[in-house]
This record gives sequence, C-alpha cells and structure tokens, in this order.
Amino acid sequence: MRSRLTPLHLLAACAALVSVTPLLYLFVRTGSAGWADIWQILARPRTLELSVASLGLAAAVAGTCIALGVPLAWLLTRTAIPGGRPWLIVAALPLAVPSYVAAYTWLAAFPWLQGFAPAWAVLSLVSLPYVVLPVAAVLSQVDPAFDEVARTLGDGPLRSFRRTTAPLLWPAAAAGGLLSALYTLSDFGAVSLLRFDTFTRVIYTSYRAAFDRTSAAVLSLVLVLLALLFVVLERAMRSRHQQWRVGSGAARRAERVPLGPWRWPALLGVVGLFGLAVGFPMVVLVRLMVQSQRFEADPGSWLAATGNTVQAAGIGAVFAMLLALPIGVLAARHTDRVAKGVESAAFVSHALPGVVVGLSLVYLGLTVAPALYQTLAMLGFAYAVLFLSNAIGSIRSATAQVSRNVEEVARTLGDRPTRTWWRVTARLSAPGIIAGALLVLVTAMKELPATLMLRPTGFETLATEMWTFTTIGSFSQAAPYAFVLVLLAAIPAFALARLTGRRS
Amino acid sequence: MSSIEITGLTMRFAQTPVLKDLDLQVRTSTVTAILGSSGSGKSTLLRCLAGLLRPEQGVIQIGSTVVFGKGIWVPPERRGIGLVPQEGSLFPHLSVGDNVGYGLRGRDSGGRIAHLLDLVGLPGTSAMRPHELSGGMQQRVAVARALAPSPHVVLLDEPFSALDAALRDDVRQDVFAAIRATGATAILVTHDQEEAFAVADQVAVMMDNTIAQQAPPAEVYLTPVSLDVARFVGDTVLVPAHGTGACRAKTALGELPAQDPTRSGASGVLVFRPEDLQITGDGPVLAHAAVSSVSYHGHDTLLAARAGEQELLIRVLGRQAVAAGDDVTVRVTRPGVFFT
Repeated sequence: MRSRLTPLHLLAACAALVSVTPLLYLFVRTGSAGWADIWQILARPRTLELSVASLGLAAAVAGTCIALGVPLAWLLTRTAIPGGRPWLIVAALPLAVPSYVAAYTWLAAFPWLQGFAPAWAVLSLVSLPYVVLPVAAVLSQVDPAFDEVARTLGDGPLRSFRRTTAPLLWPAAAAGGLLSALYTLSDFGAVSLLRFDTFTRVIYTSYRAAFDRTSAAVLSLVLVLLALLFVVLERAMRSRHQQWRVGSGAARRAERVPLGPWRWPALLGVVGLFGLAVGFPMVVLVRLMVQSQRFEADPGSWLAATGNTVQAAGIGAVFAMLLALPIGVLAARHTDRVAKGVESAAFVSHALPGVVVGLSLVYLGLTVAPALYQTLAMLGFAYAVLFLSNAIGSIRSATAQVSRNVEEVARTLGDRPTRTWWRVTARLSAPGIIAGALLVLVTAMKELPATLMLRPTGFETLATEMWTFTTIGSFSQAAPYAFVLVLLAAIPAFALARLTGRRS
Repeated sequence: MSSIEITGLTMRFAQTPVLKDLDLQVRTSTVTAILGSSGSGKSTLLRCLAGLLRPEQGVIQIGSTVVFGKGIWVPPERRGIGLVPQEGSLFPHLSVGDNVGYGLRGRDSGGRIAHLLDLVGLPGTSAMRPHELSGGMQQRVAVARALAPSPHVVLLDEPFSALDAALRDDVRQDVFAAIRATGATAILVTHDQEEAFAVADQVAVMMDNTIAQQAPPAEVYLTPVSLDVARFVGDTVLVPAHGTGACRAKTALGELPAQDPTRSGASGVLVFRPEDLQITGDGPVLAHAAVSSVSYHGHDTLLAARAGEQELLIRVLGRQAVAAGDDVTVRVTRPGVFFT
C-alpha cells in the first residue's frame, strides 16, 4: 500500500470533519456553560437515575435478544423445522416495524401500557433480528467438520456444541446484542410513547420546555459517550469474529437435526415470537386503517406528507452520499492511519442518536447559521450525519469489490487517478453505491426525533404526522401514516435478509 | 494397532446407492489408500467408518470391536479414531496447542502436545493461532490433533488436495512418517493415483460405489483386475486382440506376449503401459510407427505414434532425439494384460 497522502485523503478528511460538526458543536456549547454548571447537572440524582434506567433498559433488551435470538437462529438454520429456509426472511421482518410504530400499535390495543416492562418487550421484539441474523449466518457458514472432528476426539453431541460451535457463535451473538443495546439507547419514539424516562425522552422534553438547554446538552454528551462505548465494543467483537475465519470456508453444509415430535412446539414458539413482533402490529394497523376516516377526511394531507417525506429523505440521501463518497473510497483503497482515522467518522455517526443530532443542529442553527435554521437543507444534513455509516459502508464494499488490477490497467493506459475512478471504478461500483443511497433514503424516511426538531414550520412528514396524532390519542388517524412507514421500512429489512441469505 | 474389517456395507442417499455391498480389509498399522474419482462413494465410506454417517446394512469391525452391525451402533466419540478433514478444519477459536490438546482429557497434555508438534515438524508453534499458519502447516496440526489421543485408526479425507504441488510432497511424507511412528492404522481417501501409490501399503480402487480391487500399488498398476481399473490408475495402450490359449494374443500387429494364457478364440484387448513400449534396446518388435507428437516432461518424454490404424503411447526416460514425423521401431519390454 502507498503511504503517501493523496488529494483523496484531504477530501475525505474534510468530509469527516463536516460530519462530526454537530458533535463538536455540542462539546463547544456544553463547555461554554462552565464546569460548575456541568458538574451541577451531572451530580443531580436525576442524572444517575436516567443512566440506570437507560442502561438497564439497553441491557435488558440486549439480554433478551441474545437469550431468544440464539436458540431461534439455531432452530431456523440447523434443524428440520417445518418451513425451512424461508424463515430466515421472516426473521428480518421485525426490522420493518419502526420502534415507535410497534409501540403505537401496542398502545392502540392496550392504552394503559406504560413504563419499563412494555418498553423492554417492544424494543426486544423489534431488535431481535440484530442477533438472529448474524448468528444464523455464522451457524450456516460454520464448517461441519469442526463438530465431526470433535466427535471423533471423544465429545458427545452436546459437549461438542459447547466446545466447538458455541465459541464461534458467541462473538456474533455479543455483537448483535450490543447493536440492539445501542438501538435501545438511541431510541426515542418507543420510550416516549410508553412514557418511560430515558436519556432521549428527557433530552427531548427539556429541549421542548426551553428552560434548561444546558441540561439537555450535558445529558446529550453523556448519552453520546455511552453510545460510543457500545459502538467500540461492538466493533471489537465483530473483528474478533472475523479474525476467526480460517481456510476457505465450509465445503459442505451441516445436516439439519431432525426434531421429531419436538418440531411442533418449536414451530409454535417461532410462530408466536414473530407473531408478536410482526403479526400483531400489522393486524392492529390494518384494523385501525379500516376504522380510520383519514383517507376520506383529508387525502390531500396524506399525500403531502408522503411527498414531503420523500423530498426531505432524498436531500438527506444525496448529502450522505456526497459526504460518504471520499471517505468510503479512501477506506476501501488505503489502510494508512489517516484513512483509519477518517473512517472512524463512520462509527461516530453510528453512535449519534437522532435526538442528539437534532438538538445540536438546533443550537448551531440558532447561534451560528440562523439562515439555515428550520430549512430542508438543515434537515437533510441531519439525516446525512445520522446515516453516514450506512452510506460509507455501502460505498466502501462496492469499491472494494472492484479489482485493483482493472484500475492499474486503466492507469497504464494513460488515465489519471480521478479519471480512472470515473471511467472504471465508478462504473463498476455504481450498482452497490446506488443501492446504498436508496437504503439511506428509506431509512431516513422513518427517522423521527431529528425530524421533529428540525423540520421547517408547517412541513409534516409521515413520521411527524403519525407522531402528532398518536400523542393526542387519535390512533386511527395515525394508522395510514404508520402503514406507509412499515411498507417503506420493509425495503431495508428485505435487503438485509437477502444479504444474510447470500452469505449463508 | 487395529485392523479394520468391513463386510457387505450398503448405503443409499434418496434411492441412489452410494455404497454397494462393499468389502474391505485393512491390516493393522498399515496405510491403505482408497482411490476413486469424485462421486465414487469414497468419502461416504470414510464417514461411515468414522461414525458420522449411518449405513443401512453390513458390518464394520475395528480391531475386535464391532462398531456397526445388526443392532449395534457405536457413536464417533467412542470409536477411537482420528479424523483429518480436507481443509484441516482447525478450531479457529483455539491456539495450535489447544487444538492438538482438544481430545486429551486430564492427561499430561502439555508434554503430549509438544511431542506431537515435534512429530509433525512444527516444534514451538503451540501458542500460535490457526489463521497465522500456512495451509500446509494447518494440515500438519490437523494430523497432530488427530493423533493426540493415540487413536487406533486415523482417517484422512483428501488432506493434501488443497495444497500447492510444491508443498504437497513434503507435507505428505512428514505426515505419513508421523502416523507410521505412532503405529496407527491409516486410511487415506484420495482421487490422486500418484499420491495413493506413493504413500500406501495397499490401494483399494473404488468404482461404482464398491471396491473394484484391493492390492499393493504395483499389483494394481501392473495387473489390474479390469480394463476400467487399468485405465483409471494410469495411461494405457489398448491393442485389439484375440486369445490363442497360450501366453500370446493375436493382433493386427502380429502375435504379442500376454501375462497369462489367453482363452482361445476370445476377442478383447491387450493392455500395455506406455513405459512397456520402447524405441531402443532389443525386445520383440511390435511395429514400425510414425511419431505424431512429442511431449517432454523433464524426467521422461511421452511419444504418441501411429502404426497403421493403431495408436501407440511410448514413455521413454529423459529426452530422446525424436521429433514429430520421425519413423521409429517400437519394441515391447513387458507382456500385456488381456481383457475380454
């Protein structure tokens, strides 16, 4: 690898810097409050309470996802469960239900639900795929010869599973658990609807109340630091898991365990779990849709909200791709320290909750760039910052798949690096990059907290309309918006399921 | 340490037979190569021996213990066998030493691990991780791991096929030296005829889901039991012939020598190996032929030649001053094998 710094390095560094502006500004803003104030806020019993509640919820969700997800993944990949492989697609479907939509359907059915237990259950159900999908991928990839060798060396079937397969699963399960914890920590919609006070909910309410903005900033920083910790741990787990690949992979697939009479209770468990995670919300949603008068009453507002959503998310996707392009290409082609540092912008973005980006950009807009405050450009920038890691990931892998040899041939035929990129690399990696942009688009369409905080006055998206009706208890009015959101969210969920399917 | 006796082994996958009434005897502390093309059932046979697959009928006996038979099924962990899979399949989450020590329970594992790593030519690698090793080293560790619990039988499933040709010979020699040093009975599954001949005491040629011939390598090569076996284990020159009742056969090129008396009047082919034919020396003259191509392999040269309708292959040592288009006198140095 060349260690020389190229113009690409400079460009990528600028992009990374721009993408971490909200976080930097949050530091500046918090710092300007003075240490005494900061300490006073940190030392409040309320802060400790919030930390315990947020981390407790995250730990409970992660634990539940691992405890349910690992056996579930095993049932779906290694046993002769009725239904077979298509279950793996179903396993990704909970991702199609945004957490606040799930919470909304449960609330519509049982309006008295509130507090820790419902938040725990709802978030566990929607984040189950974070554990099931990677564990299922490992289980279907793992070389069956490991188990066979262990058997010939004297292990019975259970002991062999514990000593050979389980250690290979553990990093994937732990990484998935950390991801679900991160998701829980950043979640705003579900905890707010179910009225369980975590960092995100309290940050949002203190921002809305407008009397204690320093407190909101300090709490945001604490939240970001906790989230960063989870991201770092998750990366460490994942790299351990990748390091453990030896040889050219499994030549054969493991044979599925016949379940005998156990297949019916197993099937019942699987159906029940996915029924709660996907079936129940969809049934409630369809029932509410039927009751809803919204279509007849005001089809225009529904169409306008959809149009607004696409517009805002589209701007976000374009911004995200522009920022991610130099970073992703650099990360795919260089391994020097600058490239590594620049790429860490990706995981900062991954750790930033929507509430925090929203808050930071509100401050930035109010104090530094009033002209941008409550503009679509600002909202699009927020989306770009929030979903930058997805964008970088897709550009990076699409670029890495282009052989360096073809680039070298283009160079020997007289093209400069940028021209080579444009004539060769970009053409070959375009499908992956476009797919990545679409993924950012649909993901941004269901973003809630930053949209609530940054949208121009009178600009309503599907998520904000749904939110407004739900918070005033008009569940059936909210239904059409929720329905479209689920349909949109199903797109990235299927994309992920296909990716898992291809790898396994 | 243990002989192996397989009788009448039969197995099907979804109605397709993969093992048909198969018999195999392996003497204790020898190396037997199961040689077959892909799909011949050789890996299935190995997995049945290991207890990883359950056949339908037949008897498998290891030493004095019947491990499979009517109403008998010994699981793999109690068969006392070692398995070396195709890709090595080292446990990626364990160090080299822990891989080798995997099957050792409460014994002096440290000393045993060091001893085995020495034996396979990898002293001092105990603390390394599998992904730090080359393919050849991984295979050596896989062999050490299989040998660690002192198994009576070691099964090797094409363990060298993924290695570079240059590396393969060394790894193979060291691995079998290590196995022979422990006295374990070894069964090597391979599709590589040279490999089977080079390492095995006995070669069992597997064809059509059963053992077609089991004999020492030279016997399989020089006196194959069928034309199919003859063609599978090496290059052949096939001369259409009729039996005479004596150790000769009538061909278009005249009467040629055969190893055994040929049945009078029977029509068939006389099979020679290319090295049985020479273009110098003083054996009986087979034919005058025109050389059609010359392929030079360094240690030998393979000539294709034509005498009338008859195609001939001639393998001569080293390099010969012959070019395509030359006329040569072809002599027979060893009698052919007659198949009807």
